[in-house]
Amino acid sequence: MTSMSSSRKVGNMLMYAVLIITALCVLYPVVWIVAGSLNPGDSLFSSRLIPDTLSFAHYQYLFTETDYPLWYWNTFKIAFWNMILSTVLVVTAAYAFSRFRFPGRKQGLMAMLVLQMFPSFMGMIAIYILLLQVNLLDNHWGLILVYAGGSIPFGAWLVKGYFDGIPRSLEEAAKIDGASDVTIFYKIMMPLSKPILVFIAVTNFIGPWMDFIFARLVLRSDEKKTLAVGLFEMISGRANTEFTNFAAGAVLVALPITILFFIFQDQLVNGLKAGANKG
Amino acid sequence: MASLRNKEQYSVPDTAAKKAKRKVAFKSSVSPTKVDRSNPKIAAVLSLLFMGAGQLYNRQILKGLSFAALELYLLIFWTVPFQWAMWGLTTLGETPQGRDGFKIVQGDHSIFLLIEGILFLISFLLFLWFYYFNVRDAYKVAIKSQKGLKPNNAKEMFKNIWENGFPYLLLTPSIVFTAFLTILPLLFGVLIAFTNYSAPNHLAPKSLVDWVGLDTFLQLFQMKTWSATFYGVFSWTVIWAILSTVTTFFLGLVFAVILNQKGIRFKRFWRSVFILPWAIPQFVSILIMRNIFNGEFGPINRFLIDLGIINQAVPWLSDPFLAKVTLIGVNMWFGFPFWMVLMSGVLTSIDKELYEAADVDGAGSSQKFWKITMPLIMFATAPLAIMSFAGNFNNFNIIYLMTEGGPVNIDYAYAGSTDILISWIYKLTLDNNQFAVASCVSILIFIIIATFSIWNFRRTRAFKEEDMMS
Repeated sequence: MTSMSSSRKVGNMLMYAVLIITALCVLYPVVWIVAGSLNPGDSLFSSRLIPDTLSFAHYQYLFTETDYPLWYWNTFKIAFWNMILSTVLVVTAAYAFSRFRFPGRKQGLMAMLVLQMFPSFMGMIAIYILLLQVNLLDNHWGLILVYAGGSIPFGAWLVKGYFDGIPRSLEEAAKIDGASDVTIFYKIMMPLSKPILVFIAVTNFIGPWMDFIFARLVLRSDEKKTLAVGLFEMISGRANTEFTNFAAGAVLVALPITILFFIFQDQLVNGLKAGANKG
Repeated sequence: MASLRNKEQYSVPDTAAKKAKRKVAFKSSVSPTKVDRSNPKIAAVLSLLFMGAGQLYNRQILKGLSFAALELYLLIFWTVPFQWAMWGLTTLGETPQGRDGFKIVQGDHSIFLLIEGILFLISFLLFLWFYYFNVRDAYKVAIKSQKGLKPNNAKEMFKNIWENGFPYLLLTPSIVFTAFLTILPLLFGVLIAFTNYSAPNHLAPKSLVDWVGLDTFLQLFQMKTWSATFYGVFSWTVIWAILSTVTTFFLGLVFAVILNQKGIRFKRFWRSVFILPWAIPQFVSILIMRNIFNGEFGPINRFLIDLGIINQAVPWLSDPFLAKVTLIGVNMWFGFPFWMVLMSGVLTSIDKELYEAADVDGAGSSQKFWKITMPLIMFATAPLAIMSFAGNFNNFNIIYLMTEGGPVNIDYAYAGSTDILISWIYKLTLDNNQFAVASCVSILIFIIIATFSIWNFRRTRAFKEEDMMS
């Protein structure tokens, strides 16, 4: 009995060791970047994990000397409108596919499934030329439209799957009471599908903060840039002389998004799970 | 336009006409057609000859007139542009850009012609669909009128559209968005693979682009520089996709199991810490990692040198092999929290009685793990693992933001040692104007991903349900 408990003790110790080491590995980059942003120097080389003196100069620099606040505002604007537009498009399409039987429905569902499988780059040249033709290049709305268009196939499948799970009897009862399609949609479907709506809205809000490819393709001028592009260009230079400014910028981006993630953690996990199961 | 009308007559109403015949034969035997009632066959044929004619014959004046007006408008104003667009689509332009002294004389812009051609083709298909609808409508209304039902008047028609057309109304914005921002670009991307659109000799508007059939594919497989790059990049892509999926999957599993043990304290704390890599925006953390593993100034190298473990800096990201190892290692950091969270959910949902029953049968803890826990976890997460494999196959962000595909590989055309297919495509299109080859590779990626996804999807519940429903 004693040998049993002592071996368990060793096992537990081992597990705590693993946990602590992993926690250090996970936390190290986080602590390091926060420390970097507070370091007085400029370069990566002089950056210390425990700075001699704390300095907020880099944050100040970002807001006074660079276009950083503008990038922040651009990204927020794009994220916000993409969230609204994508959610509306996805939800209306999903509702139609879930609740109505009409000619072309099956083909539509199949088409959306296939469209998801093309690498998104494939359309890049065409999108570029299209936006050029309609004068939406280097324009935030051009980017928002591209994002929203791209979010439909995946989102609509996901939300359709959720809608399918809501019993139809509720709507039928409402219909007998004389409610119209529009009323049913707003008064019954919307409140019942809140979790999936939150998932769609949050993912589409976070998307533009992360996207690098299309933002770089569509937005050309410095004052139109989003954060992802701006930050990448800050450190992709050879000398890395702006490292600490980048660190400050990175902290300011990561903070709100991370908080958002923790708030909506459950919805995000469930949404992703559902997403994989629904194709 | 004559040829165009012919096409419409042959392609569209074939099935409708056949159905019409069958139904007419049946109907006329039951109740002989009266003079004041419409004959469905005649209505369908009339509508086929000219949009709206059948509706007029059915005495639906407003509908008939507006249909006829639409066709007239299209015939008058869009015949010439349509012919022009089709000419552009088939030839991709005939006059190259020329010079008149110092002045540049603009020729045909092949790429604009191609996109314009696709636009017209999509619109034309939509129009054909509408034409088919018009014939079907004329036929259906005529059938109704045979039964003695009065055709709808304008007011009823609008009401009818509102009721039966509601799904279409909901779908219209999505269809427009998808058509122009997804389908059109993809169609264009696919078609480019069958042209020679690439630097240095075939770039619009300076020179013309031509259709070359499968030549670009052959080049990709047979021309030494291309095929060496393709096979090299492709095999690394597959290795990358497998390793990055497997490592994160099992690391996630390990931590899920540890955190699910009875004796472990502060579970919530550990979980919250480990979930951080998932919560922090990925592009930020990738850029941070890029700095941490910086070969010259990175803190990892400095730390190791300070400890005396190494004498000179380790080229984490500039040695071809080491860069790949670093990428997989860094990807573990990003990837394991997702699996950990997911598998914790599966573990807590496993019925405790299963283990109790195993205890009664005298099973050891390793036996319990391999015979109960593992199968259940695999069953619940297999579809996700396959999707994650597909995602890693196309994981542009981590490769490009970490190494930009580097270090340089002199054996490759426009690719570095750590480039995967998707980041190679990015370089081919955006930096080097090799559009045709890029498009070929995209099509190959699509085929691979599609095979996996469809195979995966067919096994899931959603698909089966969908099949049962309709």
